[in-house]
Amino acid sequence: MLRLKNIFKTYYPGEPNQQKALAGINLDLKQGDFLTIIGSNGAGKSTLLNIIAGDIEPDSGSVIFHGKDITRRPAHRRAGFIGRVFQDPLAGTAAEMSVAENLALAKVRGQKRRLNRAIKKESRTEFAGILKTLGLGLENRLDESVGLLSGGQRQALTLLMAVLGSPQILLLDEYIAALDPSTAEQIISLTGKIVSQKGLTVFMVTHDLRQALKTGTRTIMMDRGEIILDIEAEKRKTLTVADLLERFARLRGRELTDDRILLQAR
Amino acid sequence: MLVNMLTGSLEQGLAYALMALGVFLTFRVLNFPDLTVDGSFPLGAAVSARLIIAGTHPLLAMLTAIILGVMAGLLTGFLHTRLKIAGLLAGIITMTALYSINLRVMGRSNLPLLRQNSLLTIVQDLGFSRMAATLLSFFLIVILIKILFDFFLHTELGLALRATGNNPRMITSLGVAPQKMIILGLGLANGLAALSGALVAQYQGFADIGMGIGMIIVGLASVIIGESIIRNKRIVWATKGVIIGSIVYRFLISSALRLGFSPTDLKLVTAILVIIPLARPRRGWLEGIKKIAMKEKEAG
Ligand SMILES: Nc1ncnc2c1ncn2[C@@H]1O[C@H](COP(=O)(O)OP(=O)(O)O)[C@@H](O)[C@H]1O
Ligand SMILES: [Mg+2]
Repeated sequence: MLRLKNIFKTYYPGEPNQQKALAGINLDLKQGDFLTIIGSNGAGKSTLLNIIAGDIEPDSGSVIFHGKDITRRPAHRRAGFIGRVFQDPLAGTAAEMSVAENLALAKVRGQKRRLNRAIKKESRTEFAGILKTLGLGLENRLDESVGLLSGGQRQALTLLMAVLGSPQILLLDEYIAALDPSTAEQIISLTGKIVSQKGLTVFMVTHDLRQALKTGTRTIMMDRGEIILDIEAEKRKTLTVADLLERFARLRGRELTDDRILLQAR
Repeated sequence: MLVNMLTGSLEQGLAYALMALGVFLTFRVLNFPDLTVDGSFPLGAAVSARLIIAGTHPLLAMLTAIILGVMAGLLTGFLHTRLKIAGLLAGIITMTALYSINLRVMGRSNLPLLRQNSLLTIVQDLGFSRMAATLLSFFLIVILIKILFDFFLHTELGLALRATGNNPRMITSLGVAPQKMIILGLGLANGLAALSGALVAQYQGFADIGMGIGMIIVGLASVIIGESIIRNKRIVWATKGVIIGSIVYRFLISSALRLGFSPTDLKLVTAILVIIPLARPRRGWLEGIKKIAMKEKEAG
């Protein structure tokens, strides 16, 4: 369904501050695959997601979606089939607009926007219904500005928006990293429910190795712009975090030293 | 005297309110500092005056003014989004170009509308006094535009435009090209400014090449005054605030005249009116002064 062929990306090529972000990424995902992505800071995880979303173009290589080459297609023309949740809980919503208006923006994802009233009576009922699944009481706050919500509430709302309007791919970039543990837990379980219900193909970046192994159907580890480990469903079950760290050291000839990851891994 | 001042402020406030709504759309909704208004407002005045003198029906003349105002806005949008010229500069470029265009349209720097048919004379012919005709027609136009404006900002397209000003990254991820929304917003805002210019020309009985100078600041002043009177941020309230702000601004200006300021001082008065609410003095600025005073006291 989604194929990445030999993707390379270097920021500021030829300049003193040149940064190699991706170096030959190949990936092939089927409908319903749930990929978790791990790797130290600067490994290229976000760059990979940005290339899939169309925020940046690769220097070479191609992005193929259902057999079509979409490498040069701009982000707004991919939004119809891609939903996103950013790491920053404030990035996925419009603060000065109401909860209902934010949902209405997502409901017509990727479609031509017309001069119709955006929020009709039926949509309010529909929005209240899906907000109820969060259990945060947001269904009673449809007309409040999103800016009044907490980070966790906004991220939960962003997740709902990211799957509204039936996208096929969901990109999650450390989307719970900024949340407190209990909210994070809640959003993770909600994600699982929605994803299986809608059969979405998911890319989830996380620095929590244990989380990465127990969520989804496949795990890749990235380092310096390359995929160094690719572990499929069955093999993940027997793998421990210690195994992962050991295999990293063996493959790369150095220890994984990323405070955030190691903190979580203890 | 006070009654005259009030009705005068009301008439002018309504005529300029449409321009202020345009400024609200760019500065507040789109978060885009558009200076095109200084050129599109007199463009509307020039075009409608010229057409009315040529015998065109005033309503058709006003419609033409709107269309040309929209085109001026689109030009700024094009300069900014396609040619990647910074927003402020793009507006200044269009405004500068429009100065020459407006002179061409008028053929001279001041174009009087003496004894011409205008929107106001048409309404007067229905049996209203000059004042009643002005208030009635301006009021109806402003209300109509406000209703359309509010409705638009609650449509799918209008929501996308508001979200563009609020969070461009998010709206891109939902399938909207922010650049298209910027172009659309600039077009609408300058169409409103041109219509406003057309109303003002008919109200004061002439179009003048200098009538757009500082218009952006007048618009901003109206928006800011409106916000301080009506705190509710909902669109329908905010636009009501802009209209009220425009009227109050005119009242403040005529008060300044009554206080003895000369008409040529008014731009200075307006500038100060805008600086006061916009200024955000560095935090601790007052505390700093207090500290110094304390130290001096101790030393002394
Ligand atoms: N916009 C950018 N401009 C310049 N360099 C960047 C930019 N984004 C990322 N990089 C660099 O590219 C590399 C990969 O970054 P990123 O994809 O953000 O990694 P990750 O998400 O795995 O932490 C890093 O070296 C980073 O400094
Ligand atoms: Mg990252």
